[in-house]
Amino acid sequence: MRFYEFEAKQVLGKVGVPMPKRTFAHTPEEAEAAAAEIGAAVVLKSQVLTGGRMKAGGVLFADTPAEAKTHAATILGLTINGQEPAGVLVEERRKVVQEYYAAVTWDGRAKQPVIVFSDMGGIDIEEVAETHPEHVSRTNFSSLRPFSDYTAKVAVSSTGVTGNDLAPLTRIVAALARVFLQYDLTLAEINPIGKLDDGTFIALDSHMDMEEEARGMQRALLKELAIPDEDTRQARPPTPFEIEGAKVDSADTRGVAGRVVEFDGDIGLVIGAGGGSLTLFDAVRGAGGSPANYCEIGGNPSVTKASALTRLVLSKPGVKKIAVMMNVVSNTRADMMARGVIKGCIEAGRVPADTIAIFRIPGSWEEEAVKLLQKYGVEYVDRTVSMHEAAARAVAKIGN
Amino acid sequence: MSILIDQNSTFIIQGITGREAVTMTRELLDYGAKVVGGVTPGRKGRDVHGVPVDDTVRAFTSKMQVDGAIVVVPPGFAADAILEAVEAGIKLIVVVTERIPRKQVAQAVEYAAQQGARIIGPNCLGIIAPGKSRMGGIGGSADATRRAFVPGKIGVMSRSGGMTVEISNALSQAGLGVSTAVSIGGDAIIGSTYAELMPLFEADPETQGIAIYSEPGGRMEAELADYMQRTNSRLPVVAFMAGRFMDAMPGMRFGHAGTIVEGKADTTADKIARMQAAGIDVAERIEEIPALLQQRLAK
Repeated sequence: MRFYEFEAKQVLGKVGVPMPKRTFAHTPEEAEAAAAEIGAAVVLKSQVLTGGRMKAGGVLFADTPAEAKTHAATILGLTINGQEPAGVLVEERRKVVQEYYAAVTWDGRAKQPVIVFSDMGGIDIEEVAETHPEHVSRTNFSSLRPFSDYTAKVAVSSTGVTGNDLAPLTRIVAALARVFLQYDLTLAEINPIGKLDDGTFIALDSHMDMEEEARGMQRALLKELAIPDEDTRQARPPTPFEIEGAKVDSADTRGVAGRVVEFDGDIGLVIGAGGGSLTLFDAVRGAGGSPANYCEIGGNPSVTKASALTRLVLSKPGVKKIAVMMNVVSNTRADMMARGVIKGCIEAGRVPADTIAIFRIPGSWEEEAVKLLQKYGVEYVDRTVSMHEAAARAVAKIGN
Repeated sequence: MSILIDQNSTFIIQGITGREAVTMTRELLDYGAKVVGGVTPGRKGRDVHGVPVDDTVRAFTSKMQVDGAIVVVPPGFAADAILEAVEAGIKLIVVVTERIPRKQVAQAVEYAAQQGARIIGPNCLGIIAPGKSRMGGIGGSADATRRAFVPGKIGVMSRSGGMTVEISNALSQAGLGVSTAVSIGGDAIIGSTYAELMPLFEADPETQGIAIYSEPGGRMEAELADYMQRTNSRLPVVAFMAGRFMDAMPGMRFGHAGTIVEGKADTTADKIARMQAAGIDVAERIEEIPALLQQRLAK
């Protein structure tokens, strides 16, 4: 889950990272008052959970409180990448002589956190890494031992930073590594760190992501940041259809039948599980089909859950038929799935034989599933028909 | 031969009294796996399908040889269970549990590495050496498992448990069969990656080729590509890449916890290019995997 910049800065403040004077404002009037309080030129920044704010016009500069008020009104009315701003951050504008980049994230290859540091901050770090690799350092450290500052020093010094700049930058990077570990972050980034004309350093912008699975353990921090449980912080806000999918999944604890993502197509998918869903979604598109949704089923869900998911998928306008497909399963019972989807069709007022384009769930209790599907006249294929072939047959039926 | 486990491997199940674990115990015993004990705190003296239950891992390791542990405890207790197994001297730990925060996984993996233990998973279905033994729920009932996994010559590694079974089934149907299949886990940080398991398959005379399932997110495929370019592997590798639709949807998480496109290196397009450059064949459909392997083996 992603934090807003003003929240990330609140976290940085807890460990003493120097930052410009700032206030989070919800209205143009609050922004005006904040600018007056700061008593200097300010920068106003839209608070959205997406990049590209500057390009979209979500960052504006003001010399007077009156100008800050006008700009705040502009920013608050501006939707960026489909997101309405949560507010506007009003910050003292400082003169910066050089910019640096610092981030801590997980390195799946080393299976350790990694500090990424560059003395060419403010721009896209992937681009810097490609064009100026000598200006980017990558330094792994242990998450088993308490963080020790020398690692941050190595990261900073590897890009050639020395003299009076080394110690203050080391302190900022070390603080970043500590919050990364302490708050179960998956990304802690300051970009840029600015060097001021008086030789001091401040964090100008920050991006933090916290591990979804750690929400329970980080309740204290989330409470402090006033982030409620229902605030999911996904890359795009969930649609009502997706919220219903989450409800289906949490209705009982047996298995998974949910994780629904909405698309524009006409073929409803009741597919599983993690890797199987990705494979089948690609297979449907590869066969020229247009999926109405993505979803995941696995871990032997109950009949109730499978039928509720089926009803939900069928409730989406434009869904002509559904395809019920899985990889060869280990612990999901094919007969329970067959009962669930047939029940779901009937409850939705649809005829199973006309509604289920194909059923492919090879594995345990397959024979019982076949009997039931035959009774309702639903086309069934076994493991000798591949996932891609099953998907193609389903897509072909939609065409009619 | 096989890698990691064989018919003589003994292991325990941590969290054996949970509903899924009880079913798994039955399936493992039916398949012929040597489950010698189970651990659930406070359940000492009970048994699960005849397998004795005790409070601690040491209760078993102090009196018998235990080659492996399967961890099926809830996410909040999983890291603790792994550390207990490592501390007790167990060298192979299969972590089935899903949704363990990655800091805890990284800590457990680092500690295991220091102690010379190997972790498979988390968020996996386990390991199977067809006809010999299996660790984890992979394949389901013993009958279903025998159907999907015929002993043979291809090593399978997959970030998806379900797709481990699907691909193994395709290889079995095509007459190639499976030497060992490893569901390596769907998380961003896992105990053993493709490249880390390759040397084991390399050393196994039974294995003549490798099939892998991969998806967006992480650097595991790049690591495998580097491995293939660095070593003179005798094994042809065929990969299948799922989740191609995700390339156009950065920041969205689909499927496993480790599956998200954040940068260019996370995309399927980038991974496919790297693997192909390293001589790995990338199949467009699952059913192409056996055919591509047969072609490579015939050369």
